[in-house]
Amino acid sequence: MLEIKQLVKKYHTGDLALNGVDLKVEKGQVMALIGPSGAGKSTLIRCVNRLEKATSGEIWLNGENIVKMRSGKLRRARRNMGMIFQEYALVERLTVMENVLSGRLGYVGFWRSFLRKFPQSDINAAFGLLEKVGLDTMVNKRADELSGGQRQRVGIARALIQKPDILLVDEPTASLDPKTSRQIMRLICELCRERELAAIINIHDVALAQMFVQRVVGLRFGAVQFDGPPEGLTPDVLTMIYGEEDWEATIESVDDEDDLVTL
Amino acid sequence: MNTDIFNVQTKIGKPWKKPPFVQSNLLRWVLITGFVIYLIAAYMTIDVNWSRVYEGLERGKKFVLAFTNPDFTSRSSDIWEGMIESILMTVASSVVGILISIPIALGAARNVSPLPVYLICRGIIAISRALQEIIVAILLVAIFGFGPLAGFLTLSFATIGFLSKLLAEDIESMDKVQAEAIKASGAKWTQWINYGVQPQVMPRLIGLSIYRVDINFRESAILGLVGAGGIGATLNTAFDRYEYDTAAAILLIIIVIVMALEYLSGIVRARVQ
Repeated sequence: MLEIKQLVKKYHTGDLALNGVDLKVEKGQVMALIGPSGAGKSTLIRCVNRLEKATSGEIWLNGENIVKMRSGKLRRARRNMGMIFQEYALVERLTVMENVLSGRLGYVGFWRSFLRKFPQSDINAAFGLLEKVGLDTMVNKRADELSGGQRQRVGIARALIQKPDILLVDEPTASLDPKTSRQIMRLICELCRERELAAIINIHDVALAQMFVQRVVGLRFGAVQFDGPPEGLTPDVLTMIYGEEDWEATIESVDDEDDLVTL
Repeated sequence: MNTDIFNVQTKIGKPWKKPPFVQSNLLRWVLITGFVIYLIAAYMTIDVNWSRVYEGLERGKKFVLAFTNPDFTSRSSDIWEGMIESILMTVASSVVGILISIPIALGAARNVSPLPVYLICRGIIAISRALQEIIVAILLVAIFGFGPLAGFLTLSFATIGFLSKLLAEDIESMDKVQAEAIKASGAKWTQWINYGVQPQVMPRLIGLSIYRVDINFRESAILGLVGAGGIGATLNTAFDRYEYDTAAAILLIIIVIVMALEYLSGIVRARVQ
């Protein structure tokens, strides 16, 4: 469904963020993208949505190359990609409902969106999603009144109301406490399973990634270093991705957390 | 290059000072003393004619005393007319000016507009800001004749330079991520502005607009002096006739209105946060 071929991204500054990445994500597959800061994780998903223009290479989504698209076509392609951001990226001064409905902007005309007269089906979908993420009582609150976890739930609802084929998730838990982080990860993964959504989830927390996903891809210096199931993340593999460090503690804590989840 | 290797041991026990902005000691002192000498010389060139000041004090006293006895009545119809004209000019020019400013501000923000549009809009702003209100008013009075039309056009024009520039700067310093999220959903440019940019700059736009209404009202009192209508024309006439009591009444009314606007803008700005 999503296929990335030899993707290269070089910034104006000369930094080579992505150096020939090949990656294929199947329908309904949730994939975690791990790697040290600066490895190109964010750049990769920003290139897929074309918030960043790739220097060379191809990105095929549903049989169309995103890298080559003109603006009208790109807008239509973007509707199929739901994005969830690290710092939530809600429009702070809009209400929760407006934020969720903004996920439908690609489908409605300017005047309808300007007058906030969205089709009833969109409004129903928004209420449904807000109930699903547990925010149905917050509909008319302004986004800046919410806590971090609540904001990220709004972000999830906004991405899902697009009815996307794939979710692009950039560090969803980086600004959240450990408990909320798990809840958010669980919510994302549940919703993906329920709707057969593919997802690329950038994540710093290796242990958290191992808890929830079927596939882990490790990125270093803009290239894929590891691609396999979470069990494959041995100390050697982690050293290959992140560099030399004592990994036993990380892996041990994973076991502990697995116990917690099964309890 | 790296001959003096940083050694913490040699620094311990010695006081620490913030490094000065100008590195060279000599240059620093030359700059400071040069500036002080210039200041002294500059003040010495201003010559004050004390006997003239003494005479003027008498006139000033008369002027100030008029404030204790302002005359609202004998020219009340002139004052009323001038005031209505000023308020009309203020409201009309503010509305028109703000409406024109918004698209120009969008064009003049580098992060939402392409370079050619940016340069054109920045050019318009630069022209509007370079031409002082009085100069524009004199020109427009020459074209359109005496009266509030010239004043209205002057203030509209001045509003564009002020509001577009400050609003554009607010747009440029907005939170990119919020706007990006809207773009990422497949929104059109207009929708992106409406959902991603507008909510972020709305408080500033409202605050600036109210401030500009305030400025336009005060300016409308000045523009009368060059024949562009409004309360300024009445004020000018009062001064010409040495009717300081009427002038005082007009000034008091202006002060009250400006204070009222100030109070109002405080309330509105507190509500739009």
